[in-house]
Amino acid sequence: MPSIRGIKLRIKSINSTQHITKAMNLVAASKLQRAKAKLSQNKAYYEETKRVMASIAAAGRNVRHPLMTPRREVKNNLLVVITSDRGLCGSYNVNVSREARKFMRTVGNVYNVISVGNKGKEFFRRRKKKVLETFTGISENPFYDDAAVIAGMALDLYRNGTVDCVYLAYTEFISTISYQPKIMRLLPLEAPETVSVSGMIYEPSEEAVLDALIPKYLETVMFGALLESAACQLGARMTGMDAATDNAGKMMDKLNLQYNRARQGAITQEITEIVSGANAL
Amino acid sequence: MGTFRLRLVSPMRLMYDGDVDMVIMRAKEGDIAFMSGHIPLTTALGYGIMKIIKGEETREASVFGGFVEANGKSVTVLSDMLEWPDEIDIKRAERARERAERAMQEAKDQVEYRRAELAFRRATVRIEVSTYPIIKGRLTESS
Repeated sequence: MPSIRGIKLRIKSINSTQHITKAMNLVAASKLQRAKAKLSQNKAYYEETKRVMASIAAAGRNVRHPLMTPRREVKNNLLVVITSDRGLCGSYNVNVSREARKFMRTVGNVYNVISVGNKGKEFFRRRKKKVLETFTGISENPFYDDAAVIAGMALDLYRNGTVDCVYLAYTEFISTISYQPKIMRLLPLEAPETVSVSGMIYEPSEEAVLDALIPKYLETVMFGALLESAACQLGARMTGMDAATDNAGKMMDKLNLQYNRARQGAITQEITEIVSGANAL
Repeated sequence: MGTFRLRLVSPMRLMYDGDVDMVIMRAKEGDIAFMSGHIPLTTALGYGIMKIIKGEETREASVFGGFVEANGKSVTVLSDMLEWPDEIDIKRAERARERAERAMQEAKDQVEYRRAELAFRRATVRIEVSTYPIIKGRLTESS
């Protein structure tokens, strides 16, 4: 039986933990609203860019662009993984990291990693993967420029032959309580499917337009993935912290009961001692 | 001449969506104007001023890179750098122009010079766009 003082200390500590989890829950909830708004604002741009990309690819079946042609020999791969900087967001990081690792095993080859967020870096460093770069401080509130930097880096590595394939691991935001880790290939580019507008003219040529469009398209896909992942991260943190707050409450109820029993026990014992003392006289 | 639907889309927002008479912009290969019934065309954009003409009204915006797609019915401009005149910080643009000018003179190689030149052109376009009148209620819904 723990001492009354001990129980009291525990109640106090759990109470302050509950304050923290509750605050984190509220902060995550408000940030989630912002992330969701950003996600929907980006939707128009994302969809349009994808559509233009798809229609060029469909129109120019004979167009052979180096960024769209798979290399004969694939030796090195690059995986860009989007995680969070901090924990306390449920299974968010574990899910996407595990999915990425499973994918690495099935495809084989040597993998280099670019990590967005500290958690991805830690995960892959522990598993002896080469982490080329880590981007921190952007996973909760990504900007388009961040996406441009990451996409640019991946494109450079692909162009100079350091890697032969680039994959992206992120978490898709389905709803506030539902997320799905996803892997997609960025390079060589797989053009999205669509119906093409017949007779579209590309000025000066399909190749020239693709030259300018592909980097933009990669940035757009990256930005979309960053926004989706940010929303998932915040959603996971919100639900995780909500559960933690609930659990802390339950624990406190239990401890309070214990505390009261112990207190009552102590009083009863004291009375018994006094009574027996009086009887002995 | 009829009107056509013009949409300006950037990653953070839908900047414009409405029916206009004509839009002129700077493509990679030179200036290009779209009017109703333009043939389907896709091209990359350069750095320059975009002029949107609707009846008596003309409004300007700065555009740096991106794409335009005309599909016969509507024209869509996709760019991650689109700004209206009132969104431009003129003092900052002037400082950027001075800085770019210095950088162009002091550039040691081709890459540095090219970078400074692009910054210079951005600043120049911004300064010019900022002199145009600010038009409120710009996100007019298409009828």
